[in-house]
Amino acid sequence: MIEIESVSKSYGGVRVLDDVSLTIPTGGITSLIGANGAGKSTLLSVASRLLPADGGRVRVDGMDVATTPGPVLARRLAVLRQENAMSVRLTVRELVAFGRFPHSGGRLTAEDHRLVDEALAWFELGPLADRHLDQLSGGQRQRAYVAMVMCQGTDHVLLDEPLNNLDMRHAVQMMRMLRGMADELGRTVVLVVHDVNVASCYSDRIVAMREGQLVAEGPTPELMTPELLRKVFDVEVEVHELAGRRIGVPWS
Amino acid sequence: MRRRRGVQRWHVAVALGALALAAVASLFTGVSDLTPTDLLDPDEAQTRVLWTSRVPRLLAILLAGSAMAVAGLVMMHLTRNRFVSPQTAGTTEWVGLGIVVATLSFGGTSVFGKMTIGVAFALVGTALFVWLLQRLVLTDVVVVPLVGILLGGVVSAVTTFLAYRFDLLQSVDVWMNGDFSGVLAGRYELLWLVLAATVVAYLWADRFSVAGMGESFAINLGVPYTRVVMVGLAISSVVTAIVVVSVGSIPFLGLVVPNLVTLAMGDNLRRVLPVTALTGAAFVLVCDVLARTIRYPYEVPVGMIGGVVGGVLFIWLLLRARDRAV
Repeated sequence: MIEIESVSKSYGGVRVLDDVSLTIPTGGITSLIGANGAGKSTLLSVASRLLPADGGRVRVDGMDVATTPGPVLARRLAVLRQENAMSVRLTVRELVAFGRFPHSGGRLTAEDHRLVDEALAWFELGPLADRHLDQLSGGQRQRAYVAMVMCQGTDHVLLDEPLNNLDMRHAVQMMRMLRGMADELGRTVVLVVHDVNVASCYSDRIVAMREGQLVAEGPTPELMTPELLRKVFDVEVEVHELAGRRIGVPWS
Repeated sequence: MRRRRGVQRWHVAVALGALALAAVASLFTGVSDLTPTDLLDPDEAQTRVLWTSRVPRLLAILLAGSAMAVAGLVMMHLTRNRFVSPQTAGTTEWVGLGIVVATLSFGGTSVFGKMTIGVAFALVGTALFVWLLQRLVLTDVVVVPLVGILLGGVVSAVTTFLAYRFDLLQSVDVWMNGDFSGVLAGRYELLWLVLAATVVAYLWADRFSVAGMGESFAINLGVPYTRVVMVGLAISSVVTAIVVVSVGSIPFLGLVVPNLVTLAMGDNLRRVLPVTALTGAAFVLVCDVLARTIRYPYEVPVGMIGGVVGGVLFIWLLLRARDRAV
């Protein structure tokens, strides 16, 4: 469970997060949606202690992220940012193995190796395992990063725009893998998602933000309404029921 | 499934063999007559040459070469820039200034004074470089080492000015230009400190790798980013200072060797660091043997040979990088 209590954050006088309080329950996929600059990424960064909050606090399973020692938190919560410009030339296997660092401190046990193999298999990276990251396509690299975060074995996995760089096939594949992580492995997955229909089709809960404030949060079907989407995105969106899913269509 | 790429075990074995061979060559190269057969029944003079000159020289070369290459590797990783090394970050020049200041304060004989002040100046200089990097928005990777070279140029000008005013110009030249001919028993032992620094770097190799991935990766994996970067840069600075104070600067060593090794083996420091140390030692050893034989019985400073060999290798690296980019 992630408890966010009246968190605020400003950049050079601009309030990016304004007194946001939110509880993300254990299990399932929660998607943060909102227009550009709504504060989704900032909220994710503050919740994962990549950014310090100006006010308020965040607790993960009761541990305050600002004061809990880094290695302890690294075994409970993993985060991947949107830009991952990495100049380091590692093989995919080496990168994924670094996900075990919080547990083994670099000396991998047999169990660690097994978990690395499992993460590689899960993201279908087996054939690429010995390739260097700079020899991969953007989508393959993105999969390798997410595999590393999964290999970290944390209960909470926070991902900022994990579908970045992915084409349609790989985007669907990635979302299915994340779905599996939530359903089969019991992880709590929190995503920043650009596409409201991805959020609608794959997540259990939606958190909608606008101008640094929480607009609404709740189970996905309840939030996929024309009224709410207009409020969040400032554009008319028709919502249609398609094969049991709610799809928003803004192009009218 | 776990196919090994790049450097393999037998490569390392061959490299070790070559290093051993060059080490033997180094022991028996010099003006005093000493051949391997003499060791069976050495006279007093030969024993003295071996233990007060040849062995210390070999040890100094191996220590300085391996430590400087590792210092470059660590620096390159932590600044996330392949062109940053103690020689392109201005660290070497700061040590030079430190040596002059130490000489003016304590006289020319205090090695310990030179080392202390050299280390202090190297730490301050490297910290200043990193501070500048954090404040400048630099998009081009080549601009970063340029800033370091610029900074080094300014510092070096101050050094020259001081040296000129106090009539130390010639000494500065001798200090700065890497040269192992002055290495004798009793005058190189400070270099054992760099071995300790290299071992620490190896123990922290994984942390440096993680820090090299960037701040958010490091935080995510529970690695205290700022502290790791500071420790790594301190190791590089201390190593550079001790090496420059003891034997002088060997151009390109900290730049070319780590680049060559990581080009072949990737960037996982735990794997790469030992090979970098070996390659650095071999690079300096070969340069030194060349320096002693090219103009036999006279010696050319090893810094000069290192500059030529390293420069050629560096240009080759740059050309190769361009080919790969196109």
